[in-house]
Amino acid sequence: MISRPSSRSSSPWLLAGPGALFFAGMILLPLALTVILSFRVYDHATGIKDAYTLSHYIAVVTDEYYLGIFWRTLRVAAMTTLICAVIGAPEAYILARMRNPWRSIFLLVIIGPLLVSVVVRAFGWSMLLGSQGLVNQALQLVGLSPVRLLYTETAIVIALVHVMLPFMVIPIWTALQKLDPMVEAAAWSLGASRFTALRRVVLPQVSLGMLSGCLIVFGLSASAFAIPGLLGGRRLKMAATLVYDEYLHELNWPLGAAIAIIVLVANLLIMLAYNRMVETRARRMLG
Amino acid sequence: MAFLALERVSKHYGAMAAVDDAALTIEKGEFVSLLGPSGCGKTTTLQMIAGLVEPSAGRIVLDGRDITNEKPNRRGLGVVFQSYALFPHMTVAENVTFGLEMRRVPRSERIERVREMLALVQLSVFADRYPREMSGGQRQRVAIARALVIAPPVLLLDEPLSNLDAKLREEMQFELRRIQRKVGTTTIMVTHDQAEALSISDRVVVMEQGRMTQVDAPYRLYEQPSNAFIASFVGKTNLIAGVWRRDGMAGAVDIGGIRLEAPSADFPAGTPVTLSIRPEKILLRKAGEGQLDGRIASRFFLGSQWLFTLETPIGTITVSIPNQGEEPPAEGATVGLDWSPASLRVIASAMAHPGGGTA
Repeated sequence: MISRPSSRSSSPWLLAGPGALFFAGMILLPLALTVILSFRVYDHATGIKDAYTLSHYIAVVTDEYYLGIFWRTLRVAAMTTLICAVIGAPEAYILARMRNPWRSIFLLVIIGPLLVSVVVRAFGWSMLLGSQGLVNQALQLVGLSPVRLLYTETAIVIALVHVMLPFMVIPIWTALQKLDPMVEAAAWSLGASRFTALRRVVLPQVSLGMLSGCLIVFGLSASAFAIPGLLGGRRLKMAATLVYDEYLHELNWPLGAAIAIIVLVANLLIMLAYNRMVETRARRMLG
Repeated sequence: MAFLALERVSKHYGAMAAVDDAALTIEKGEFVSLLGPSGCGKTTTLQMIAGLVEPSAGRIVLDGRDITNEKPNRRGLGVVFQSYALFPHMTVAENVTFGLEMRRVPRSERIERVREMLALVQLSVFADRYPREMSGGQRQRVAIARALVIAPPVLLLDEPLSNLDAKLREEMQFELRRIQRKVGTTTIMVTHDQAEALSISDRVVVMEQGRMTQVDAPYRLYEQPSNAFIASFVGKTNLIAGVWRRDGMAGAVDIGGIRLEAPSADFPAGTPVTLSIRPEKILLRKAGEGQLDGRIASRFFLGSQWLFTLETPIGTITVSIPNQGEEPPAEGATVGLDWSPASLRVIASAMAHPGGGTA
C-alpha cells in the first residue's frame, strides 16, 4: 500500500468537522443535558435538587395516565402512517404517470401544504371539523346527525395525514421514477391484469421508497406537537404535548425530560425494528 | 389464410401519422423484421400488435380472431422489450414462471416448463440468480425465455439486440434464429440495424415515415430496392442522378454528357432517374480499361475488405473490394471502374429520397 501525505489523511476530518461540530452542539449536547436532567430529584416546593433518582422513570412506566398517552401516541402515529401509505402510494403512481405540465402543477399541489404553517393548517381543520364546521353542516344537509370530530383522535389523524402526505408521496415517487416503465407492460403481456401487475411488479420495487416514507411519517407524527395541541384540546394529550405540559405548566422539568427520553427511545426502537424487518427483505430482492 | 394480418392499420398522434395505412400478412412460423430509421413507426406498429398502443384505424387479425381492441393481457403474445423489462425483484426462474402463474398452470407443470425453457436458452444454472447479477446477453435470454414459456402464437421482439456490444450482438442474432427455428414461433422483430434484419429474417418490411414501402425477402430487398431510400438504407450504395435515354432494346442513362448502359426499364425517354450501384459490384481495373476512369481520393483498410472513394466524372463513387492478400492501388492513383450493366439499378427520381446520396 502506498502511504499518502499526512495532509491528505486529515482532510476527511476537516471536511466533516463543521457538520460534526454542529451536530454535537445542537443535538448531542442538549440530549445529554436532557438525559442528566431526567435523573434529577424534583421537589414541588423547592424545585430541582442536586441529587439523582430513577423515580421519574418509575412513575411514568407505572402510571396508567402516562401509559395511556403513550399508547395513544403510538396508535395515532401508526394510523397516520398507514393512511398516508394507502393514499400516498396511488397518488405517487398517478403523479409518476402524468406528463408535464400537469406533473409540475400537481407536484406543487402535493408539496403545497408544506408551504403553510402547521398552526394555520391546524386552525383550518378545527374550523372544518368543529360542531358547526363545514363537515357537520354537510352531514346535516344530507340528513345525517352531526358527529363530534374536533378534540378526538380522528381529528388528529385527519390533520396529521394532511400534513404528512408529502413526506410519503415524494420518496415513493422518486422510487417510481427509477422504475422501467416497460416492466408493467411486460407483466400485462404475460397475462397479468392491471391490478396484479401493480401488486406483483410495481409495488415490490417501490417498497424501499415506501419504507423511507413510512419512517419519516411515523417519526414526525409520533413527535407532532402543534396538531395534537390544537385539535386534541386540553384533555386529549399526546407525547409531545405531555412533555410541554410537564415543562411549562407543572414546571416538573425532570419528569418532562424523562418522558421525552422514553418517547425518543421508543420511537428509535420502533423505527429501527421496522427498518430492519422491511429493508433487509427489500435489499435482498432489489440489491 | 394469413396467420397474423394488419389490415390498413394507422396510428395518428394529432395531425402526425406515426403509422400510416400499414398492411401486412404474416404466415405461421415466419420470422419477419420491421426495419427502418428511428421514428419510422416500426415500434408503434409492434406495440399495436402487442396491444400497448391502440390503433386509430384498421384491424389486426390473429388466426382469424379480431384482436384490434383486445387488452394486452388477453392477447397472449410474447413480448421481448428493448430494455428487457425483467422483474428485478424476482429470480430468473420466478421471472420465467410469472406468465405461467398468471395462466394458472399447475405448479408441477410450471416447474417442468420453466426448466425446459431455461435449458433452451442455456441458462439452467442461473435459475436462482437475480437479473442484476447477470450480463446483458444473459438478461436478453431470460427475456426471451419469459416470453416463450407461455407458448405464445406470436413472439414480438423490440430492438432485442440493440443493448448488446457488437460481438455479442452477432452471436445473439444466430442464437435468436436457432431458438426461433426450434420452437417454430411466428416472430416479428423491430430493428434499425439492416444487417441484423437481413441476416435472420425470412422477410423484411422496410418502414419510412410511417409507411411500409417494401416487403421482401432479404436477398431481393438488397438486390432490388424499390426506391433510393431503401437502396441506401439497406446496405451501402452509390446514387447517381441522370436522365433516361432509350438505346435500342436496352436502356441508357445520361449523366452530365456521359452515357452509361443500363438494364431496360419502363420509362419515357428524358425522365430524370437515379442510378444505384453497390460498392462491391464495381471492379477496379487499369486506367482506360473500365467504363470510367477515376482518381482514388481515399483508401481504408477494413480487414476483410478495402474501401475506396474515387473522384470520377459522374461524381464521388464508393467501391469496396475484398482483401485478396495484396496491396491494391494507392491514394492518388488513377484507375478504371468497371461493372456489369445488370448490376446497375435504375430508380425513378420522383421516388428518390430527398437529400439521398452516397451512403
